[in-house]
Amino acid sequence: MAEPLLCLQHVCKRCGGLLAVDHVSLAVEVGRITALIGPNGAGKTTLFSIISGFLAPSEGRIFHRGTDITGMPPHLLARRGIARTFQIMQPFAGLTVHENIAIGAHLSRRSRAEALDAAADVASKVGLGQVLERPAASLTVAARKRLELARAVATNPELLLLDEVLAGLNPGEVAAMMPIIRHLAGRGITIVMIEHVMQAVISLAEHVFVLAEGRIITQGAPQEVVGNARVVEAYLGHGAAARLAAAGGTHV
Amino acid sequence: MKGASLAHIVLVIAALAAVPLLTASNVVLNFLVVALLVALVGQGWNVLAGYGGQYSFGHAAFFGTGAYVTAILQMRYGVNAWIAFTLGIAGGALVGAAIGALAFRSGLRGSYFALVTLAFAEVLRILASVAPVTGAGVGILIALDLRPQAFQFQGRVPFYWIVLTLVAVSLLIVRLIEQSRFGAWLVAVRENEDAARAVGVDTARVKLAAMTISAAITAAGGGFYAQYFLFIDSGIAYGPWISIAALLAPIVGGIGTVFGPLLGALVVKTLGEIAKLVTGDAPGLDLVVYGGVLILVVAFAPQGIAGLLTSLRLRFARLRSSPPERAHG
Repeated sequence: MAEPLLCLQHVCKRCGGLLAVDHVSLAVEVGRITALIGPNGAGKTTLFSIISGFLAPSEGRIFHRGTDITGMPPHLLARRGIARTFQIMQPFAGLTVHENIAIGAHLSRRSRAEALDAAADVASKVGLGQVLERPAASLTVAARKRLELARAVATNPELLLLDEVLAGLNPGEVAAMMPIIRHLAGRGITIVMIEHVMQAVISLAEHVFVLAEGRIITQGAPQEVVGNARVVEAYLGHGAAARLAAAGGTHV
Repeated sequence: MKGASLAHIVLVIAALAAVPLLTASNVVLNFLVVALLVALVGQGWNVLAGYGGQYSFGHAAFFGTGAYVTAILQMRYGVNAWIAFTLGIAGGALVGAAIGALAFRSGLRGSYFALVTLAFAEVLRILASVAPVTGAGVGILIALDLRPQAFQFQGRVPFYWIVLTLVAVSLLIVRLIEQSRFGAWLVAVRENEDAARAVGVDTARVKLAAMTISAAITAAGGGFYAQYFLFIDSGIAYGPWISIAALLAPIVGGIGTVFGPLLGALVVKTLGEIAKLVTGDAPGLDLVVYGGVLILVVAFAPQGIAGLLTSLRLRFARLRSSPPERAHG
């Protein structure tokens, strides 16, 4: 078997007395779309923050292509090809859409003109081509989600961590976003996505990890995982089914 | 593309360069020399605060270091004035880098950063007011030596050319920053540090570089001050007056723009002079005027005069554009 692109070994994160992430070990295979699902408060975003270097794990190690990257700062991880989006969108609010994406593109391009060209290219791919010169602060939620995605993609990542890029979108917007994600994976970008919209998880992901209360409770192909009793319990116990139905219109 | 073009800079500098050809009035020239000096010092502040979002209240630390290094090297060690001036810029940059390294490594942001810079400037002021090498409370007088080699001149015109050259260089530096990847990263740090880190920006290093460049520009102002007035003491070199001038000019003119500090310096100095004329030079009145201007700008034109001009231009353009085009927005 090929070496995994990303490998977590017994990663823990203690927040005071709480184990927000509890001995999580997982491997992400190259070229796949992997989903990380779980009820609210399961520690998904915390895990992303650890992988992307924004938080240091209390215990455990993280390997990227076999290199130990535990505790490496975010900008170095970005330079290694690990890009992330933020669940709570973090645009450069005072800048235009074009400038926002260009800052991502600058990672591998020194020239301003080249970065702006590359940014325009990425923008058209994610459907922001029409709003290039708009200030980021003036965008709708759906457009801001795309901007998050575009800025991360502009860094030319090999591993893309998407933190709920579909949350808060209406079904039409979700449907419009899914081919974009599929297209990125088609270009060879390995994607790990945190997602609540089950319809998207089932149709996009090839492998799913389920996180509940900081622990991986199961993993596997999306269809198997969704039918798993422990998963259903983890979700339904927290009353998530209703919200899922409202957001995605899926039948779990 | 927005921002100042090279042609704008050449045009503005050429217009200012023509002033001594039109008037020989010492009052006018002295006014302009001081205004340009403030523009230079303010441009330094603008690099760090306007582009990088790191608001310093203590740019006196760099101004004073530039001034003291220039004066001390000449008077205590017999160094040539021009070399002393150059080393003054380097000294200011070094102080900027040191304060930056301490402040940014401790993760200080926003008002905490502002307070720490203020504290450093005050510490330096107090040290300069007691240390023998700075002349302690007496200050340092640079001996009169009216030769160009000694960076001293008979009239005000040569000083005017020199400070104008320094301002021109500072405008070019800021334009260069605006057009570069470093500038894009610096603005990214100002807008959202976490997002910047996520796309590979080494925020600590970008801020440190900005602070060093910022300090160097402001230190050049300090060195020039020493040569122009030939006297400095701790209150002049490291006093809060210059920290205030450094931030007032760019805020009034337009923060984070190439021409903001120059525009602001001219406007602020003009208002100060008018206030003095009207009231017969009541002491401290210019400060009252500056305070009033600052409140008005922050309340009604947070992007300064440059921002006001841009929004007026946009409004004008919108008025002229045809209705179907408007439907796009």
